[in-house]
Amino acid sequence: MKVGVLALQGAFIEHEKKLEKLGVECIELRQKKDLEQDFDGLILPGGESTVQGKLLKELDMFDILQKRIQDGLPTLATCAGLILLAKEIENQNQTYFSTIPMTVKRNAYGRQLGSFHTIEEMKGIGKVPMTFIRAPYIESVQDGVDILSKVNDNIIAVQYKKQLALAFHPELDEDDSIHQYFINMIKKSTM
Amino acid sequence: MSNERYALNKQLAQMLKGGVIMDVTTPEQAKIAEEAGACAVMALERIPADIRAAGGVARMSDPKMIQEIQAAVSIPVMAKCRIGHFVEAQLLQAIEIDYIDESEVLSPADDVYHVNKREFKVPFVCGAKDLGEALRRINEGASMIRTKGEPGTGDIVQAVRHMRMMNKQIAQISALRKDELFEVAKQLQVSYELVEYVHDHKKLPVVNFAAGGVATPADAALMMQLGAEGVFVGSGIFKSGNPKKRAEAIVKAVTNYKDAKLIAELSKDLGEAMVGINEQEIEILMAERGK
Repeated sequence: MKVGVLALQGAFIEHEKKLEKLGVECIELRQKKDLEQDFDGLILPGGESTVQGKLLKELDMFDILQKRIQDGLPTLATCAGLILLAKEIENQNQTYFSTIPMTVKRNAYGRQLGSFHTIEEMKGIGKVPMTFIRAPYIESVQDGVDILSKVNDNIIAVQYKKQLALAFHPELDEDDSIHQYFINMIKKSTM
Repeated sequence: MSNERYALNKQLAQMLKGGVIMDVTTPEQAKIAEEAGACAVMALERIPADIRAAGGVARMSDPKMIQEIQAAVSIPVMAKCRIGHFVEAQLLQAIEIDYIDESEVLSPADDVYHVNKREFKVPFVCGAKDLGEALRRINEGASMIRTKGEPGTGDIVQAVRHMRMMNKQIAQISALRKDELFEVAKQLQVSYELVEYVHDHKKLPVVNFAAGGVATPADAALMMQLGAEGVFVGSGIFKSGNPKKRAEAIVKAVTNYKDAKLIAELSKDLGEAMVGINEQEIEILMAERGK
């Protein structure tokens, strides 16, 4: 099994370390030719969605990745990654992959002073530590989107087909359960 | 600052990695920077080249101007306070800045003490010429480090010097026996725990960016290849002929910093780079401010 990690900007190394710890090989996706390699899953890391979205398009990676996600490539998206997957973004016309029918709110908790850490239940996994950094949350979802977790009544984790989208950063905490869950998703998908 | 808050502040810096933080002086410039792919902007009244040219005392920017920039963009906004000026830092925290740069680019307010950054909730980035300075700033509560470079010159030589020095000292410490680290802590005037962290992890405990003198995509890629985790660009963008194009090229060069063919392509037709001054030609070495 090989997982492609989008490595344009942000905290992609943290995801790679998690995968290595769990014995999964990963490759960095920095430009179009990196997409020619085989990979069975995709991670869209945290960072700035404006930067990542722009680079995806200008480095000609956007269409290929969008098609692969639509065709069922297992995808784990955290924070900025979740924004890239959203069909609608509040107060913003620009959207990106638009592969999950949901509306997200960027910087939903305000500036850095609003960043926080908590522990909350996640459906199918149990209690997990959650780190929110200038995080978005999901305002609403349409049919077919499975809500996995809420914090203070706001939706912060969903699954839609083979896309797992989280407003927080599982790559920043010691706990490996979410990455393990994602690896299991890939295993089932490739069987 | 609680331990949890400090962790969150270090983690915001992790999200900026692989990105370019650009100096801007107006909401319009901030928009251009955001659209060009900046991962954050530094709001200041005058860019370092103009501060250097104008001379006199350089202070924290007008909070109104910083707030206008905060309102103009969705990416994190940073601003500078003078070294040791903890009240300027309090004001920046009051307007909910995302990161404070306690910066040698402004005139130091205190020639002995830096701001006690542990007392703040907002994160701080500080400049460092070597490992000792970096660890002293981290000890004071900084959650991100950058090289000091020589701001406003367009000359990369100092940023390179600082980054190489940092790498060399980290490599040296990593090779030592643990019982030798107490002596290192004494020499660097920092706690044993910080030295031990560097020894065990072969890196700083916080994110380390390059700053000072970056003017071209090649400069940015040079710093990344030397181990910077991201780049600050100050005067280099808005003092050049075509700021938007240059900014976009620098952003892409940072993402693909090892791809010489791509960077060669990005470096074409960028218009005039900032003129620049050699370090021998300048009177004030800002990097010598705050040790």
